[in-house]
Amino acid sequence: MEYLNIVLQEVYRIVFLLIPVLVSVALIVWLDRRVWAFVQKRQGPNVVGPFGLLQSLADALKYIFKEIIIPSSSNKVIFILAPIVTMTLALISWAVIPFSATQVLADINVGILYLFAVSSLGVYGIIMGGWASNSKYPFLGAIRSAAQMVSYEVSIGVIIINVLLCVGSLNLNDIVIAQQNLWFIIPLFPMFVIFFISALAETNRPPFDLPEAEAELVAGYQTEYSGMMYAMFWLGEYANILLMCAMGSVLFLGGWLSPINIYPFTLVPGAIWLILKILLLFILFALVKAIVPRYRYDQLMRLGWKVFLPLSLTWVVLTASYLFYFNLLPVN
Amino acid sequence: MIAHSIFFYTFSIIAVISAIMVTVSKNTVHSVFFLILDFISISCLFIMIGAEFLGMIMLIVYVGAVAVLFLFVVMMLNVAQQKNQWFASESSSGHIPVGLIISTIIFFELIIVIGGWKYKPDLFDINNSVNNFSVSNTHSLGQVLYTDYIHVFQLSGMILLVAMIGAIVLTFRKRTGVKTQSYLNQISRERSEGVEVLEVESNKGVKIDD
Repeated sequence: MEYLNIVLQEVYRIVFLLIPVLVSVALIVWLDRRVWAFVQKRQGPNVVGPFGLLQSLADALKYIFKEIIIPSSSNKVIFILAPIVTMTLALISWAVIPFSATQVLADINVGILYLFAVSSLGVYGIIMGGWASNSKYPFLGAIRSAAQMVSYEVSIGVIIINVLLCVGSLNLNDIVIAQQNLWFIIPLFPMFVIFFISALAETNRPPFDLPEAEAELVAGYQTEYSGMMYAMFWLGEYANILLMCAMGSVLFLGGWLSPINIYPFTLVPGAIWLILKILLLFILFALVKAIVPRYRYDQLMRLGWKVFLPLSLTWVVLTASYLFYFNLLPVN
Repeated sequence: MIAHSIFFYTFSIIAVISAIMVTVSKNTVHSVFFLILDFISISCLFIMIGAEFLGMIMLIVYVGAVAVLFLFVVMMLNVAQQKNQWFASESSSGHIPVGLIISTIIFFELIIVIGGWKYKPDLFDINNSVNNFSVSNTHSLGQVLYTDYIHVFQLSGMILLVAMIGAIVLTFRKRTGVKTQSYLNQISRERSEGVEVLEVESNKGVKIDD
């Protein structure tokens, strides 16, 4: 009975984390399209519901009622598994994101490593989908995406080391609390820029959307998918983008801390501040999509390995020596 | 504790079964996926015995990087020809006795090694040891790794570096006659090199690119 109680309580908490995440994914798709449209002097989706807010809901309904086509020459098990893997991985990583000092599903010691591990697993959904489709365009898309995501993960890992040097703990709440006096975006600004660009590449957003470059690969690894399976890829992708924004705000923008540490601002709950920071980063993501042309593939690889990796490694040395020289290393 | 044991044994069973499936399954890509499942369940086991840092690193290094490269190579095989024809034909089964002999030798060697292992009695008494929960996993690993074992640590780094350089040297070749774009040339172009404004006379035209 006691176990049942604990399990039910956990299920309750998980459901009340996942439902807001899924709803915000739907809203964020709408926001993305609106921002994109406004940059190009269009209206964007504005018909369904107030300001077109329900557009994503209508799209989801459409996807649900569409037929799911499974190619006869595909590897069926893996073909069906691929969108499920993408969606699951995009959702389980929200377990460790702290919404305030106490509002976190799993306050584990190695939170940032968990986030990094789950985001590095994200490539499997794409590889599985691309390979199991057994057709040329998805396969090319999957290969591109695997190479791209593995390359940019390296620099994200090194950037995380930079932040960890200043914090001295792998716990996400500790990382947030360490920024009480100074957000890490100020001392580590170049790392924030590299993190932002690497996050774009990691989530296959434009200008690094080569795995699904419409002009070259039809839709990349998603070409053979239809109906709800396609929608799951699509939702998983946006959930990943939101997660990267959350990771950026926890690592560099002070997570749930209020920007000004004086009386009226500290009354606002931490979750609101975190959501505002995520939104700010997401609008940047959407703006980049609208204003930057797509990279060439060799330039993408050059940027990852020959520019970002050496730069972030050098910054690790700089941060470590600075902290060591001024005796600021977080030792406990 | 019961729930803990149930989870532990579930993950162990998954790990063993998927390890068997890696060798048994006929489809090479399925083998790699079972290998990934094996890695994941082993990292779950690490986490369950309290070695959370090791579990996460296992996930990042093996599943996030190594298995992706495995998959990368294996995927180059065609989906339609995935059926492994290793034991199917009569002609190619000549290597089975050799393989059996080698695997038997390795099996007995492993038994000898493990059987003759001398366990340090104080090292393995987990049940009675007092765990110091104030120091986290990561800290205690770092305290050993960068003090007592610093030379071994540096040495393993050097070995990895040598292996990396070796792999690059083996595969890198300068090919001639290949057209590549030099980004330096591309971004250092001036307007005066790229654009020319000419007065075009009527009925005569202008000659470009000579």
